[in-house]
Amino acid sequence: MPSLIDLRRRIRSVKNTQQITRAMKLVSAAKLRKAQDRVLSARPYSQLLREMLSSVAAATRGVEGAGDALLEIRPEKRIQLVLITGEKGLAGSFNSALIKAAQNFLEEHAGSQVVLELVGKKGRDFFRKRRPEISGELVGALNNVKYADAQALAQAAIERFRAGEIDAVYLLYTEFRSVVSRRIRVDRVLPAELPEGQAAADYIYEQPPADLLGQLLPRYVEFAVFQAMLESVAAEHAARMTAMDAATSNAAEMIEKLTLYMNRVRQASITKEIIEVVSGAAAAE
Amino acid sequence: MADTFELEIATPDRLVLKETVAEAQIPGKDGFLGILAGHAPLLSELASGMLTYTLDGRKYYLAVHRGFLEVMPHKTRVLAETAERADEIDVERARQALERAQRRLAQVTPGINIARALNALYRAQARLDCASHRQ
Repeated sequence: MPSLIDLRRRIRSVKNTQQITRAMKLVSAAKLRKAQDRVLSARPYSQLLREMLSSVAAATRGVEGAGDALLEIRPEKRIQLVLITGEKGLAGSFNSALIKAAQNFLEEHAGSQVVLELVGKKGRDFFRKRRPEISGELVGALNNVKYADAQALAQAAIERFRAGEIDAVYLLYTEFRSVVSRRIRVDRVLPAELPEGQAAADYIYEQPPADLLGQLLPRYVEFAVFQAMLESVAAEHAARMTAMDAATSNAAEMIEKLTLYMNRVRQASITKEIIEVVSGAAAAE
Repeated sequence: MADTFELEIATPDRLVLKETVAEAQIPGKDGFLGILAGHAPLLSELASGMLTYTLDGRKYYLAVHRGFLEVMPHKTRVLAETAERADEIDVERARQALERAQRRLAQVTPGINIARALNALYRAQARLDCASHRQ
């Protein structure tokens, strides 16, 4: 039977852990709110960009020689996979699920050469030693997502795609749907896919539609990367918040069990002492 | 005033402006565009520069940089990479960026991305122009 002191120590240690997990939960909740705001404030741009693109695409459809280089579909011999993971752990299955999805992707595309671009420390740490083909990594950027970072990454990918070094670019990230719901997504960003639809109006084009398309498409790719980063950050904080909430209530449960056990041990030792006293007195009579 | 229209300016970071305005001057790639309500539908690239709009007889200034604009009879939407109101501009930073870009362009050495330096130059210039109109 463990001694009372040992049990008290154990309870204190669990309480300390609980305090930490509770603090982490609160921090994540605050960060989640901020990340969520950013996801929402990127929506107007996203919608407008998509609408413009579909108008311009409708205008260029069927026009001879209007196809942009970024739309060209080639056999996918060399693929670039942009994997967006988290910067930190302790977020439940957030990072491990992403890494597993990335491995699945590698298996599915075993026939072609996949080059990894790693955003976030966790994915970088995992794949650095395991895969030789890594085109680049971006660590620490997710602590404060900047458009310029997403832009640089996208520009590099676009250049490689134009040069024919790669035939497709995929984004693998976690989509934030709500605090309790996330989904891992694999999106192809290059070759770009034009949204369907009609032009919203009979526009006057200041520049020829084909030129506009050539300008819009890179922005579209940049923004897709940016949005994926924002979504991923929000999802990571949500995952951490949920995980830490679970850890806090597990700790509470454990404290309750240990306290019960400690009381039982204490009572047993008191009973034992009483018996000793009583039997001692009986022997003296 | 006769008619008004809605002006919306969005960047990847935020919705900068959504306002009902009387008139707007927008820097298109091929020259400034003066927009009034009832303008014919138009799509254009956006240049770096100063965007002004009039609301209740007052003029407002914004520095915008690279993007697109869509004009509809009752609504004009601007997509910009960056957009700031005159009073949000950090003049000191813009001035430094301008000098840095000018220095880079003055002595072109290999390894300097000319397009990027030019871009920075235009952006800084737009910000400074706009800041000079601060009320």
